[in-house]
Amino acid sequence: MRALFTRMGAAAAVAGALLPTAALAAAVEGAVAKQATNYEAIIMFGVFVAATLGITFWAARRTKSAKDFYAAGGGITGFQNGLAIAGDYMSAASFLGIAGLVYMNGFDGLIFSVGWLVGWPLILFLIAERLRNLGKYTFADVASYRFQQTPIRTLAACGSLATVTFYLIAQMVGAGKLIQLLFGMDYIWAVVIVGVLMIAYVTFGGMLATTWVQIIKAVLLLSGASFMAVMILAKFGFSPEALFTRATEVHNKGFAIMQPGSLIHDPISAISLGMALMFGTAGLPHILMRFFTVSDAKEARKSVFYATGFIGYFYILTFTIGFGAIVLILSPDANGAYPFLDAAKVAAAGGKVAPAMITGGSNMAAIHTANAIGGNLFYGFISAVAFATILAVVAGLTLAGASAVSHDLYASVIAKGRVSESDEIRVSKITTVIIGIVSIFLGIAFENQNVAFMVGLAFVIAASANFPILLMSMFWKRMTTRGAVMGGWIGLISSVAMLVLGPTVWKAVLGNPAAIFPYDNPGLFSITLSFVAIWFFSITDNSQTAKDEQRAFDAQYIRSQTGLGAEGASAH
Amino acid sequence: MQENAQRILANPKFQELIAKRSAFAWTLSVIMLVIYFGFILLVAFGKEFLGTRLGAGVTTWGVPIGVFTIVSAFVLTGIYVRRANGEFDELNRQILEESK
Repeated sequence: MRALFTRMGAAAAVAGALLPTAALAAAVEGAVAKQATNYEAIIMFGVFVAATLGITFWAARRTKSAKDFYAAGGGITGFQNGLAIAGDYMSAASFLGIAGLVYMNGFDGLIFSVGWLVGWPLILFLIAERLRNLGKYTFADVASYRFQQTPIRTLAACGSLATVTFYLIAQMVGAGKLIQLLFGMDYIWAVVIVGVLMIAYVTFGGMLATTWVQIIKAVLLLSGASFMAVMILAKFGFSPEALFTRATEVHNKGFAIMQPGSLIHDPISAISLGMALMFGTAGLPHILMRFFTVSDAKEARKSVFYATGFIGYFYILTFTIGFGAIVLILSPDANGAYPFLDAAKVAAAGGKVAPAMITGGSNMAAIHTANAIGGNLFYGFISAVAFATILAVVAGLTLAGASAVSHDLYASVIAKGRVSESDEIRVSKITTVIIGIVSIFLGIAFENQNVAFMVGLAFVIAASANFPILLMSMFWKRMTTRGAVMGGWIGLISSVAMLVLGPTVWKAVLGNPAAIFPYDNPGLFSITLSFVAIWFFSITDNSQTAKDEQRAFDAQYIRSQTGLGAEGASAH
Repeated sequence: MQENAQRILANPKFQELIAKRSAFAWTLSVIMLVIYFGFILLVAFGKEFLGTRLGAGVTTWGVPIGVFTIVSAFVLTGIYVRRANGEFDELNRQILEESK
């Protein structure tokens, strides 16, 4: 059992060093041992499930039209949507992963938090209101606005499904591992429970239930994390300086935890990473869908403002919790013992403790800290919140995947728009059930695989395939269907190819001696390639349809800027 | 709709809205990018500076600079939303009104 924990810790450390997206999925790495049954956590999780199923029942009675199903009827306020967006972003892995990273390396954890946040202001300044004004249910509505529907929607649906699938696999495996560890439940049961609940939320309650599940979870996570941070700071008279001082005294790296380490070494990696994080966020289908749940551009802007505030606040909390973990886990208790460290390793090191001796791996740092602060009850609460977090995120992903199939592939590509709303919703619900069942099987199939790279893959695909066509369709008059299709496919294929041939997959997962492509993160190259392809294949396109598409830009431009004719606009 | 569109395109207020809003959005974007990539490049090349103690204690320059980057993202979104939901939306309302 100890050997299993060691392997988990080592794998998590390796994954953490590769790229932040991997660090965030690191909670899922390696084999974990089943823990003793945690009744407090199971009871609190039961309460959460009962409450969310109640909401789903309420939402189901209000979900009648396609607009209700995909976009919660457009009636979500900016503040609520901000919480839901923040909820989509604050995954269990980001909470446990970043706190664990700070616990192991100190300051370096902050570098990742910053990278995850700064995409949001750019989304607000450049795309949020245009997206709201042009779109209906999916981002493909915007990307295909003035172009040929079949090729663009097929591409956007493939990009969405690829992003959603890789993200879902990482989440399902993460859920299974985490629940095994926290609840003492079998892996297979954990995966089945997640799959069944997400099918229930999405098929019955659509976007309305999915949004409220996400809001409740965001509030629980923010409250729990705030409580932890306040309790930690209270132990030091609310002086961060006193907290940092104590941390440097007990951490084996000493003062080095207050300094940047070696996580980012060369400018190309740094910029590539920054681009994938920023633009990937702006290309995630389940996040983009949230902009269609508010009534108008005004509320869309407010959503990003609140989301940025909540996410930024959450990362500052996580940083504090990570330092609290250093102090609480690495200081001896009244009897001179270290309850959260592996006793055998402490003994072997002659009582000289190191953060890597933590039981369950570095991703357990926040959970152990909850135990140290609030005892079993609070430990149970934080465990239940971690499970709830995964559920809420997979529900959002599933809805985005199902919409890509029903709204883009079925209604537009196959039926050419000649389809009734009720048929479209029925296809969406069937797809949800299929996605749910498939992800249960994938979760079981990938149980013992290294899936950390899959979150990275999802981000790079979103940044290289979805984001360029979305941005250029709104900003560049001369883009044509041919340019968009070529750019999108080249971005999708090149990003997957470079990631597979790079060190993360070729060397670490497939076990080859050296990587063919030198960088962990291909963002800089695949995103650039996609933009260049859009440009080249558009300017060389002299067909009549290309001219018509360019002429249609003015009308699209006016709508994107003023909201004239926008879905559910209430400006006048 | 087509007539509305022509009237809007010809409306000087529309040109004013686009010019003002784009300039504002791009300025804020550039500020955000400079702050973020400035921070990342400091991490890559200015490790010494970020690791220097602020005063007598153990807190280094990296901590307030990192927190500043997070807070600046929030403040910049606030500045944009304030002006866009006030001044720009009022202009937008007038444009839509005049296009009818």
